[in-house]
Amino acid sequence: MKDIRIITANTAAAIAASLCRVQVIAAYPITPQTPVTEELAAMVERGELNAEYLTVESEHSAMASVVAASQMGARVFTASSANGLLYMHEMLHWAAGSRVPVVMACVNRGVGAPWTILNDQQDSISQRDTGWIQLYCRNSQEVLDTLIQAYKIAERVLIPVMVCYDGFVLSHASTPVEAPVVEDVDKFLPPCPIFTGISEGSYMNLNPLILSEPRQDAEGNLRPGYMDLRYKLQEDLISSLEIIKETDREFEAVFGRSWGGPVWSYRMEDADHALVSMGSLASECTLAADSLRQQGFRTGVVGVRAYRPFPAEALCKALQGVQTVAVFEKDVSYGYMGAVATDLKAALFERDLRPKVASFVAGLGGRDVRPEQLAETAAEAITKRSAHKWIDVRG
Amino acid sequence: MATKAAKELPKEEFILPGTRSCAACGLMLTYRHSLKALDPGKTIVAVPASCMTVLHGVYPITPVKVICVNNPFAATGAAASGIVAGLKATGKAGYTVVAFAGDGGTYDIGIQSLSGALERGTDFMYVCYDNEGYMNTGTQRSSASPAGAVTTTTPILAKLQHKKDMLRIVEAHRIPYVATASPSFPLDLYDKVRKAKEIKGSRYIEVHAPCPPGWGFPNKDLIKMGKLAADTAVHVLYEIVDGKFRLTSRSLRLAEKGGKKTVADYVKGQTRFKKITEGQIQALQEFTDRRWYEFMERHQNGRS
Ligand SMILES: Cc1ncc(C[n+]2csc(CCOP(=O)(O)OP(=O)(O)O)c2C)c(N)n1
Ligand code: SF4
Repeated sequence: MKDIRIITANTAAAIAASLCRVQVIAAYPITPQTPVTEELAAMVERGELNAEYLTVESEHSAMASVVAASQMGARVFTASSANGLLYMHEMLHWAAGSRVPVVMACVNRGVGAPWTILNDQQDSISQRDTGWIQLYCRNSQEVLDTLIQAYKIAERVLIPVMVCYDGFVLSHASTPVEAPVVEDVDKFLPPCPIFTGISEGSYMNLNPLILSEPRQDAEGNLRPGYMDLRYKLQEDLISSLEIIKETDREFEAVFGRSWGGPVWSYRMEDADHALVSMGSLASECTLAADSLRQQGFRTGVVGVRAYRPFPAEALCKALQGVQTVAVFEKDVSYGYMGAVATDLKAALFERDLRPKVASFVAGLGGRDVRPEQLAETAAEAITKRSAHKWIDVRG
Repeated sequence: MATKAAKELPKEEFILPGTRSCAACGLMLTYRHSLKALDPGKTIVAVPASCMTVLHGVYPITPVKVICVNNPFAATGAAASGIVAGLKATGKAGYTVVAFAGDGGTYDIGIQSLSGALERGTDFMYVCYDNEGYMNTGTQRSSASPAGAVTTTTPILAKLQHKKDMLRIVEAHRIPYVATASPSFPLDLYDKVRKAKEIKGSRYIEVHAPCPPGWGFPNKDLIKMGKLAADTAVHVLYEIVDGKFRLTSRSLRLAEKGGKKTVADYVKGQTRFKKITEGQIQALQEFTDRRWYEFMERHQNGRS
């Protein structure tokens, strides 16, 4: 019998962390992430989850604690949103540079000022260059499943993973979600490997000062300089694309659900036009694609699930032969255009693909985005020259 | 049992020759004695950006025989909390987690995460080595710098404000052990670290750590400078165990036998005070006296 529950994405995230048997949790409340931290605290206090729960005094400290706990070999979890995530910025870089398999949930929310508690993806997009893997989810089931996958990915490549899902749209909306049985999760996800080897008599200086040039260690072996270590991170991030894909396949073998790895497609087989998006907005794009097809435009959707590492190859493959690409995203690189659109254009250019690409910024700070708007805007991009604009700006 | 003679200190050295600290570094000496009091095989040290980072060596070589986790400047209290939680969660028992941070990393940018860790009663020891400025970045003012000190960010007027009373802030967290120490009084320092090691919960030790390049005194005067600080009561040696205050070592003798020297005696040997005016010396003397009488009173009350 399947265990189907009517729950929010926040509850799904808390359940996932608990199913993964996280050992140290440190978190600081911020809307819309708060229920995740509350539910986990309750699980720990009720004795259902055997974990250390640190009620830290800030997000900077939350990330600092889980990084350090991870260095001791513990499986760790934290979650944040918006200004909380921004407050972690220094620590996000530190986590990736430390090569610790931290997993966090980012419940996407617009950033202040002015204050908004409502959804867009500016918070996590602003962290894209911190060296984390970022995975974006469409629904609560995907949130639960992706978090479980995230631990497997992180612990394999030793790169932290941020699982992003839209605030309120997903975080507070109750939908049916299948909760896996813990035995299956145990089968899929072995215990956290001890990778730092903290042991008596082995004196280590973790995250030390490093010079630019390689240097010899006490035994005379040449060790990398700063840039060489950073290059390794870059290389491992790029090759983690394959591992993200593989992990999704392994997940499917155990749980019978696949989320497409780094990229997923909807009705792209015969498509002349494509909508590209991330998270719940990408789900809405599927409705827009259906209606565009009714209007006679053969349209599909390409969903970006992994934004970092950027799946350039897979996206270009999915978009091969397409005439129009309309990118819809809830973020902007201020002073230019949407971040996904910018990255996608670079990827297409590099592979000599020249579809029309339009960048549409939508739904900032919780502004409602309706599928009809998406379809209408995409139709414009299809029939006219490529455009860059913010849709539905008023007042 | 108090250690009575230097020859009673463990002979084993945990800091090998070739650290990157300056010659005659008060921090280095503090660390040396502290590690002797700890069990370095079962100790994990958390270190923020500071002179300690540099002392601990440049990758891939470290001169210190202890596991060290470097963390960002503001994060020491939180990183130590994570280490404690991580050890507990993975069943690694018997470790002492010790944070070693400068005054900048404690009084200023790290005060939030330190306060959080103390408030949560984290089972760790926090040692603030107070060299009274941001030395690693070249002697800028911190809130621990004394009034009248020239730093690179108080170059003309010298520092106008008195040192922050961090110890009272720490004490307000009602942790089981708070102490001050000095590398010029190594037996007292050693005993306090050893005592703190055996106590459960949050322990805080603040060590006055003279810094020749930052303060402007000859290397040979390192020990003398620390002693002068105690003899003038600029730095007072005490410990507070479960709220019970008592003076120790040189400060105890000073309280019992008198003979306190003047602040003028202390400042004259340091070029950082080259711009200090008579009025500022007077103010520093009053500030020092007021604290000293408070401490003596607390010492008396603690005994009664
Ligand atoms: C967030 C951040 N801000 C500034 C710095 C630069 N910085 C590194 S060490 C340091 C001063 C450290 O002073 P203190 O804590 O007193 O230790 P000391 O250098 O005196 O040993 C500063 C300002 C930094 N590393 N991180
Ligand atoms: S600057 Fe001062 S504290 Fe830093 S290493 Fe040199 S003597 Fe020690």
